[in-house]
Parts: sequence; C-alpha cells; structure tokens
Amino acid sequence: MIEFQNLKKVYESGGQQVHALNGIDLKINKGEIFGVIGFSGAGKSSLIRCVNLLERPTFGKVIVDGHELTSLSVKEVREVKKNIGMVFQHFNLLNSKTVFANVAMPLTLAKLPKEQIKRRVHELLEFVGLADKADYYPDQLSGGQKQRIGIARALATQPSILLCDEATSALDPQTTSSILQLLKKINKEYNITILIITHEMSVIREICDKVAVIEGGEIIEEGSVFDVFSSPKTQTARNFVSTVMNDQLPDSIKELIQKQEGKQKIFRINFVGNSAGQPLLSELAKKFDIDINVLFGNITELQGTPFGNLIVEFQGNDDEIKKVLAYVNEKNISIKEVIAHAS
Amino acid sequence: MLVNTEQIIEALFETIQMVSFSLLFSAILGIPLGILLVVTRKDHLLENVVVFNVLNGIINIFRSVPFIILLVAMIPVTRFIVGSSIGTAAAVVPLVFYAGPYIARLVENSLLEVDPGVLEAAEAMGATPWQVISKFLLPEALSSLVLALTIATIGLVGASAMAGAVGGGGIGDLAITYGYQRFDTITMFITVAILIVIVQGLQSLGNILAKKIRRR
Repeated sequence: MIEFQNLKKVYESGGQQVHALNGIDLKINKGEIFGVIGFSGAGKSSLIRCVNLLERPTFGKVIVDGHELTSLSVKEVREVKKNIGMVFQHFNLLNSKTVFANVAMPLTLAKLPKEQIKRRVHELLEFVGLADKADYYPDQLSGGQKQRIGIARALATQPSILLCDEATSALDPQTTSSILQLLKKINKEYNITILIITHEMSVIREICDKVAVIEGGEIIEEGSVFDVFSSPKTQTARNFVSTVMNDQLPDSIKELIQKQEGKQKIFRINFVGNSAGQPLLSELAKKFDIDINVLFGNITELQGTPFGNLIVEFQGNDDEIKKVLAYVNEKNISIKEVIAHAS
Repeated sequence: MLVNTEQIIEALFETIQMVSFSLLFSAILGIPLGILLVVTRKDHLLENVVVFNVLNGIINIFRSVPFIILLVAMIPVTRFIVGSSIGTAAAVVPLVFYAGPYIARLVENSLLEVDPGVLEAAEAMGATPWQVISKFLLPEALSSLVLALTIATIGLVGASAMAGAVGGGGIGDLAITYGYQRFDTITMFITVAILIVIVQGLQSLGNILAKKIRRR
C-alpha cells in the first residue's frame, strides 16, 4: 500500500546539511493502522510528508498503491493526492469558510456537481457526529470538533489512505481518545489504511496494529504493537513504552532493596496472554518452600491481549529459588532478576 | 475667503474622480503583483527566484521616488497613455504608478499572514496553484486585504493633493494654492476639514467592511 525504499531527505539549513531521513525502508499494508513514533526532530514529520509529496525526498522511492510517486508528473501527483487524505495537528481549516464549505473543499476542487457535494458533505458530517454544525465557522468550535471537521474533509474524496500528522497532539486526553475511536471506526468501516505519526505512546497503544520507532532519521525498531510493547529492543523504544506502561519500581521500593542488598532476591515476571490468567504465585508458594512478597504489579491490555508485569521478592534458600525459576521458565513465562539500580 | 462653494464642490468631485480611478487601476496592477511577490518567494507555491527578485527590485525603486518627482518624471508616459500631461485624467497615471507598487507591498503583507498550514492542507488536497490562490489564499486574507486597500485609498487622497502640480485639481490642490500659498486661512480650514471627513469616512468604511468579512 505504502512503501518507502531507502528514503533519504537532506535539507540545507544555514549552510549546513541536515539529514532528516537517513535511508528509510518501511512497508505499510492495506487496512493497517500503522504508527510511527519518535521525538521531535527524529524525522517523522518529513516521513509522513513524503507520502503525499508535500516534501520531495532527496533520494529513494515512495510507492503508494503501486505508483512510484517521485517519477510521476505534477498533474499525476495531484490525482494520487486525491486518494490520500491528511489530518493535521493544528487542523488547518479555513477560518473564512463554514464547516460545510471546509468539508466540501476537496470536492469543490474536483469540480463535482453541487447536489452531489451537498449529499456527500452531509453524509460526512453525520459520520463524524457534527451534522448540526454545518453552518458554523471553525472558530466557533472546540479543538476536538475542529479535528472531526478536519477528518471529515480528509475523507471527502473517499481516499484509501489517511495520513495523521500528530492529529491528537493539540487535544486534551479525553478528546484524544474520542478522536482515536473515530479513526478506528474509519479504519474498520471503510478499510482505510491509516498512517499515524505521533510522539505519544498512548496513541500507538490505543489504536495501532504496527509501530515503527524513528530516531535520527532511521527506523530503529519495528513490529506489532504487542511485540514492541512487551519486549522493546532499543533504549528509545523502552523509554517510549515506559511512558505509558508503568513498569518502573517505585523509588521507595528501590531504596528498600538497596538497603537490604544481597539478602533477598527480586524478580520481574512478565505475563502475556493466557498466562496472565493463571494463579502463578499461589502455585509457587504451595509447591516450593519459599515466601513470596509482591512489591509492584500492573496489567494492561495491548490489542486485546492482556499483558502483566509483576515485581516480586522471593525469600528462601538459593537452591529452592533456582527450582522456582526453572518451573516458571517451563511455563513459558518470562522471569528476570531485578538489579536494584537498574530496576 | 478667496474660493466659492462651487469651486469647493468641483474640487471635491475632482478628488473623488482622481482617487477612485487611480485606486481602480492601481489595484488592478498592485493585487496581482502582490500575489506574485508571495507565491514566487522561496519554498512557496511557484518559487521563482528571478521573478521575485526582479519584481522586488522594481517595486522598491518606484516606492523610493518621492511622489512629486514621480509626478514630473512620468510626464512622457502620461502623455503617451492619456494624450495630454495636464488635467485630472493626466494626474491618474502618476498616481497609479505611485499606489500600484504600494498596494503590491500591502497585499504581499496580508497574504503572508495567511496560516501556512492552510496552504499545506490545500496542497495535500491536490489543489492546483491557481486553486490555492483563489480558494485558499485570497479568501483567508480577504478581511486583511480590505484594510490594506483602505490604507492605500487614504494614501491616494493625500497624494492627489500634489496633483495640482500637473493641473489635476482637487481639494488638496485648493488647500495648497489658496490656503497655503495665498495665506487664505478660511479656505485652508475648510479644505482640510473636508479632507479629514473623507479620511475618517474611508477608514470607518474599511473597518466595517473588514469586520463584516471576518465575522460573516
């Protein structure tokens, strides 16, 4: 659907060359909700702008729906753009036009008959839940409403791809959530491929199927949301995951561990899927001669699969604890010893 | 008082004539130039360094010549266009060369204030450059453009006073020839009062229009 091949983008800024994209290879399949996360300046903005050539790549290929965009003429690119909707962080609505005229704009540009435009716009406003706001002006609407209008406008030409450029970054958490639900609904009902770029891991967790982490203009990690959240491989990914998955030991407990260094053993147990439903701890306490002290724990849902995180202290002799570890490993549950300073 | 009411009314009529005709032609000249100044600049719709630099330079040259000198310097051009270098119609030509570049700058200013995000959205929709200008850039800047044209109109009222130098007539000319040069204080007061009323009226009209456009 969307494919980047060795994509590079170099800017000239104040006589210095800035490498915004450093050879991106990425494939986004039809019907996916794909998230790209990165800090500001990581290159994610450049990446999404290459999909509809708002920015021209310096090198490499962008293939959308089988068309290699950089080889197309200006006119052909304009046609391709009609198949790609875009939603912006700051909505980018025309303040001089009504909600109706804003949503109608892509259709007006395509010179569709008035009656048809009217029907389509009302259908879209109905879909985003703002049918009663057709005659309002954007400055009379809240941020969330403006973004709904932005989404309606992006969908006007019935595109097969929707690009979301930090679409929820200017919104409060509650509004963000409702906009994300709307995007999910769009993906399900119209089977539209959605590419989201964001710096908020909660956005990725809430609706994405796949995620890529971008840093320094390169994709440093990529995979299903479940895999990246449950076992992030790079430090950046771990940092992002920890912003939404509270799996850090509380400071007071860290102190406690440091004080009693060497006397007890602390482990982190990760439950995934079915294993989260098992009464593992009580089983261990019954089967082995150890005492178990739960220090910290939480459980989250990722793409409908439960994912749990438990930090426990085992008290008992070393041999017995070794047996416990072997038993847990056998059950395919990840267990790792926690070193206090690294938690 | 050295002038009669009829003379004042005639002068008022001449001022209105000069200002409205020169406003019309300088807007026809200045608005497209202003648009070009915006869209040909770097990273814009129709980036073109040559066109931008040439336009920019020419406009600066016209904007730096004092109007009274421009008035005289334009005489051959005026004679070519109007057929005569003296009279109300002849005054319109230098006024257009004075106000056209001025309007181009004011329009440029207004258009640069349009949120670049809106233009980005237009490009994302696959709008042609002409569509971006006509359906995004100009409508978004309309209220600001009206205020810009108000400023230009008032500038023209002031400049038209000097049109007396080429026999253009008008209220300002009356103020200079009778009020200033012949020390006719009453004529001076009356003509200046009329000019104040005209300027106030124009500014209020512009403000009301701009407000109406902004909050339709």
